[in-house]
Amino acid sequence: MSINQTQTISILVNGEVIHVGHDCRIIELLGQLKIYSQAIAIELNQEILPADRFNIQRLESGDTLEIVTLVGGG
Amino acid sequence: MSMSTNQYLQQDDRLQIGNHCLTSRLILGSGKYHSFETMQQSLVAAGTECVTIAVRRERLHDSSGRNILDFLDPHRYILLPNTAGCYDAETAVRCARMGREILKGLENPGADWVKLEVLGDSRTLLPDPIETLKATEILVAAGFQVLCYTSDDPIIARRLKDAGATSVMPAGSPIGSGLGILNHNSLQIILDDLKRDDPLYPVIVDAGVGTASDAAIAMELGFDAVLMNSAIAQAKDPVGMGLAMSLGVQAGRLAYQSGRIKKSRYAVASSPEVGVITRKTV
Repeated sequence: MSINQTQTISILVNGEVIHVGHDCRIIELLGQLKIYSQAIAIELNQEILPADRFNIQRLESGDTLEIVTLVGGG
Repeated sequence: MSMSTNQYLQQDDRLQIGNHCLTSRLILGSGKYHSFETMQQSLVAAGTECVTIAVRRERLHDSSGRNILDFLDPHRYILLPNTAGCYDAETAVRCARMGREILKGLENPGADWVKLEVLGDSRTLLPDPIETLKATEILVAAGFQVLCYTSDDPIIARRLKDAGATSVMPAGSPIGSGLGILNHNSLQIILDDLKRDDPLYPVIVDAGVGTASDAAIAMELGFDAVLMNSAIAQAKDPVGMGLAMSLGVQAGRLAYQSGRIKKSRYAVASSPEVGVITRKTV
């Protein structure tokens, strides 16, 4: 992926540093990470981000995200 | 005329847990199966309506691949998200909120409840009672129906109910141990205490069941349901064990409702003691 280094920001996703474009929206981050499942929830800086905000919410440098899904469990 | 199990089991013997009404008193986990296909078949064999699931980080580099929801129809089962693996109240509450968010997106009725599990120790997987109570208070205030995994301690069970837990779920023995119901007396005290003046309050055995007789014993004690995962998922034949557990739960429930006889130290003859023929005497 060719992102102009001068226009990237660093965020933390699931404990891992990820570089995304400046003004990147959540929906674009999901595309970059190839996460297409509907069964996810996202916490942005420890606050739940409703799914209807994925198209709107833009990321800022230093943002911390948790992207979770469902797995088998007892 | 013989009467089939299905005819005899009370048709209206449904279990109300908060907003949810269940016909099957067997709640199953969805972890540790060798394949999603086996899980799917085992759930059908067990006749469960409610399945627990866990919330975990999405894989960032290999998120394609098979999803459990392809084998666990959210329109067929009420999903019960858990907070398994959390060791403090704050993390458990975050996990519960994320589980609720996912289930809301799936339009699954399980979005309004959570199986709260706040662990205190990784070796025993026993609950941390203080963090569990703290998390219960926060989640109840946030509108969750909280089903609390707890130990066999009657005092903390009472505190959890008082904090607003929708159901208290003591472990029969450590998670995944298969040791069955170890402390009948404490579990009976929990039942007596939580159901005193509130007989419909749901109390569920969560964890420790190893085989069908364990499930039957839990139900015979008066528990409203049994929640299990490993005993079925790790059995040699999970589908067969799913059916066995279903029958065990039904047998135990029916035995509880039918009322067992009193225990006696000495024999009590079943045949009349009078009228027995005697040896011929001259």
